[in-house]
Amino acid sequence: MYAGQRVRRVDAFDKVTGRARYTDDLCDRGAYVARILHATVANGRVVSIDTSEAEKVPGVIRILTCFDLKEKHYFPTAGHPWSTDPSHQDVADRLILTDRVRFYGDDVAAVVAEDEVAAAQALKLIRVEYEAYPFVLDVQKAMADGAPQLHEKYPNNILKHTQIRLGDYEKAIREPGLTKVEGWYETPVVQHCHIENFICYAEAEGDRIKVVTSTQIPHIVRRVVGQALGIDWGRVRVIKPYVGGGFGNKQDILYEPLCAWLSLQVGGHLVKLDVPREETFVCNRTRHSIRNHIVSWVRPDGTYAARKLESFSDQGAYASHGHSICAKGAGAFPQLYPCDNVEVDAYTVFTNKPVAGAMRGYGIPQAMWAVECHTEDVCASIGADPVAFRRKNLMPVGYVDGFSKNEMYFDSFNQCLDKAMAAIDYEGKYREYQNQTGDVRRGIGVAVFWYNTAVWPISLESSSCRMVLNQDGSFQVQLAETEIGQGADTAFAQMAADVVGVPLEKVHVVSCQDTDVTPFGTSAYASRQTYIAGFSIRQTGLLLKERILDYAHKLTRMPVFNLDIVDGNIVRTTDGRVLMSLAALAEEALYSLTDSRHIAAESTYQIKSNAYSFGCTIAEVEVDIPLCKVKLLNIVNCHDAGKLINPALAEAQVHGGMSMGIGFGMSEKLMFDEKTGRPLNNNLLDYKLPTMLDHPRLVAEFVENPEPTSAFGTKGLGEPPACSPAPAIRNAILHATGVGVKTAPANPHNLFRAFTEAGLIHDERQVPPCTT
Amino acid sequence: MGKQYKLIHCTVNGRAREVMVDVRASLTDLLRNDFRLTSVKKGCEVGECGACNVIIDGECFNSCIYLAVWADGKDILTLEGLEGPGGEISDIQQAFIDEAAVQCGFCTPGAIMSAVEILNEGRLLSDEEIRIRMSGHLCRCTGYENIFRAVKKTMLKRLEARQREQGTGNREQE
Repeated sequence: MYAGQRVRRVDAFDKVTGRARYTDDLCDRGAYVARILHATVANGRVVSIDTSEAEKVPGVIRILTCFDLKEKHYFPTAGHPWSTDPSHQDVADRLILTDRVRFYGDDVAAVVAEDEVAAAQALKLIRVEYEAYPFVLDVQKAMADGAPQLHEKYPNNILKHTQIRLGDYEKAIREPGLTKVEGWYETPVVQHCHIENFICYAEAEGDRIKVVTSTQIPHIVRRVVGQALGIDWGRVRVIKPYVGGGFGNKQDILYEPLCAWLSLQVGGHLVKLDVPREETFVCNRTRHSIRNHIVSWVRPDGTYAARKLESFSDQGAYASHGHSICAKGAGAFPQLYPCDNVEVDAYTVFTNKPVAGAMRGYGIPQAMWAVECHTEDVCASIGADPVAFRRKNLMPVGYVDGFSKNEMYFDSFNQCLDKAMAAIDYEGKYREYQNQTGDVRRGIGVAVFWYNTAVWPISLESSSCRMVLNQDGSFQVQLAETEIGQGADTAFAQMAADVVGVPLEKVHVVSCQDTDVTPFGTSAYASRQTYIAGFSIRQTGLLLKERILDYAHKLTRMPVFNLDIVDGNIVRTTDGRVLMSLAALAEEALYSLTDSRHIAAESTYQIKSNAYSFGCTIAEVEVDIPLCKVKLLNIVNCHDAGKLINPALAEAQVHGGMSMGIGFGMSEKLMFDEKTGRPLNNNLLDYKLPTMLDHPRLVAEFVENPEPTSAFGTKGLGEPPACSPAPAIRNAILHATGVGVKTAPANPHNLFRAFTEAGLIHDERQVPPCTT
Repeated sequence: MGKQYKLIHCTVNGRAREVMVDVRASLTDLLRNDFRLTSVKKGCEVGECGACNVIIDGECFNSCIYLAVWADGKDILTLEGLEGPGGEISDIQQAFIDEAAVQCGFCTPGAIMSAVEILNEGRLLSDEEIRIRMSGHLCRCTGYENIFRAVKKTMLKRLEARQREQGTGNREQE
């Protein structure tokens, strides 16, 4: 069995030797280079564009502006499965280039040149006249009557408002003896910061267009490029080489339609669009800033009588993934701590900021920031022990969600808490750090999370797999599920080897995907791939095995029910004798003069189940109160992601998620100028991504309860590690200082405000206003 | 601002090279475009992320902010240069594989080159020193944990091997 083993990544050798080819490494050097001209107003209209000086730059091939877009095909960008039901389709509000500018950085023109220098020089010489409109950067202000409107169809800029109503909140809060705890909790705009920026190149092939792109979702890119160009989807071919990280940003259609269109405007010539880091921050996607308002009514026995959540999600200028993200976070609220009387109102609101889309956790990191900061505030208000309170109120064993049919099969939360607490000596430190005084204090804090693997029943879940047997008994595995760094290909190889019964090295997972060849599927998002691909790998592997054994029957005259494939050999199960090698069978099958067959299998499995993934973080901090600085001393995550297919890669993936959660909780924030809407820190120097020096040792622990619905007992782990570190760190700071920040990140700026308001530090100067 | 070219001589991965370079080009451009050494990655092109790091005369640099013309007379080592003639890989590359320090792989080449610089100094670094020395590399996949382990384990292995060779018994403690 390979599932469950710490086998080495199938792509590790190529990645440590530089052989792994990413998009830019594959692009022919004869490519034209494209650059985009971005708007310098936050809201308005392009009145005119003068390209005459720019055209004179030697090496410029063509300059195309929003006014050159003759056919306006509005397209959606979310990396969601297409819905044949128009009411479930994503909002189609983007154009390849736009004259109606909705954020500082919107795409108004593009230069195609012979090289980067000519393209950059030409960009500087293009003169754009704008009619600037008033703009709005804040969700509450955008919802107010009279606010600048971004899209005609959405009054008060509300893209969508959804509600959840359980029991009777108004009646429940009249119960005598309740304590009311209320707070506003806010998360900042952050960015994915995969180290490979978004890049793609395009060229015509016959009457088709080929796009090679750094994407998580090749088949969805094919569909949307077709929609954006107004051509049949089969005329688009999308290729995905190795990808240098995605984290949800590349679960969106970014500039593939523009690049394809530019190529077609220059006669189908090869055009490369390599997006600089500064533009990746602003003109790709960001994580929604969400402002959550929570009211809890707590009984004297430490249980919830009634709860209310209002969630306001900052969509930025275009719909992208839209309300799904806010809705996912809001949907977690009544499930994580079930309560009979709940009111949830979730709003997704347009503002004149960069477009928010999917980012690792899909609304859950924001929701867990709010819910787990609030849980700690409740504990502080009623004097409850943070762990005991959670254990008492968390989703109990046997809980079933009526919509997804997801079930809490095991005592996962208590098991995860127990393991994490033991790993970090929680009890001892919690006691030790009570009631400290002095400038430098320590604290320890906990936070839990809830995460849904995959997207059923909200959207389609299906996976297709193809296995093709080679002469030597090895076989290729092709899936639409996408390797973007997580280790998916390795997990797929392990599962396929087990199902068919061959040594791991006999499985070749085709990492580079090509929509002309790769089976259809929707790819990398929702922490779905190992869970979802498991079904089609098992089904297709069994089909391949059936065909192999059928041929083995012809060659050996043994009945199929007495045959099996073990370690790459055809084995008679009755006595364990090896009858022949799979290699010998495969060679005979291909070259037989009497019965030649190319043995292969392909199948689609539609998945109509889903699984909860759970876990927690415990963080220990040291806070220098006068400096408003926090040092993270220790941190542990514990997860129940079902059975781990590869514990080494699972551990590594948890480290990465923890790191992202640490940045989210302590340092990262994309800032904007209130006067212009211009981004202020869209580079890796001013945007504070954690470095190796900012991390303590990261500890990843697991509880491996086998997920009953899964083909391999496994469930989602990609996003979960990023969901709970930020509130755990915040709660540790609260434990250390008695001050709980409400706005992430807990950086010196926010801590200065919070410590000043709490009277921990005194400064005669006025507290500076918080930037948006 | 017209194009100007200059002929430079340098050694790249042990091979003497003579090449005309655009005076505006970075060493990243030269290595990627002229020599197709595509392990040299572009993550920011302004010296923030470390993905393009290469070793120049024994010292690790961000090649994106090092002009190609400055490479005249220099000895340059990229990740490709660590591989032996038969495709053998170095101990630090093997450690990155063994410690699962590789995920998307995009920061990997640069991080390995910084590790090579550290390891070639042949001295024992504290955990804090390793973290400081590796902090010029941004990685979004690994949380740096397994990269740290790979560097530290290789450092200790090399030091142990050297001690064994020298026959000294006093093991350094960590």
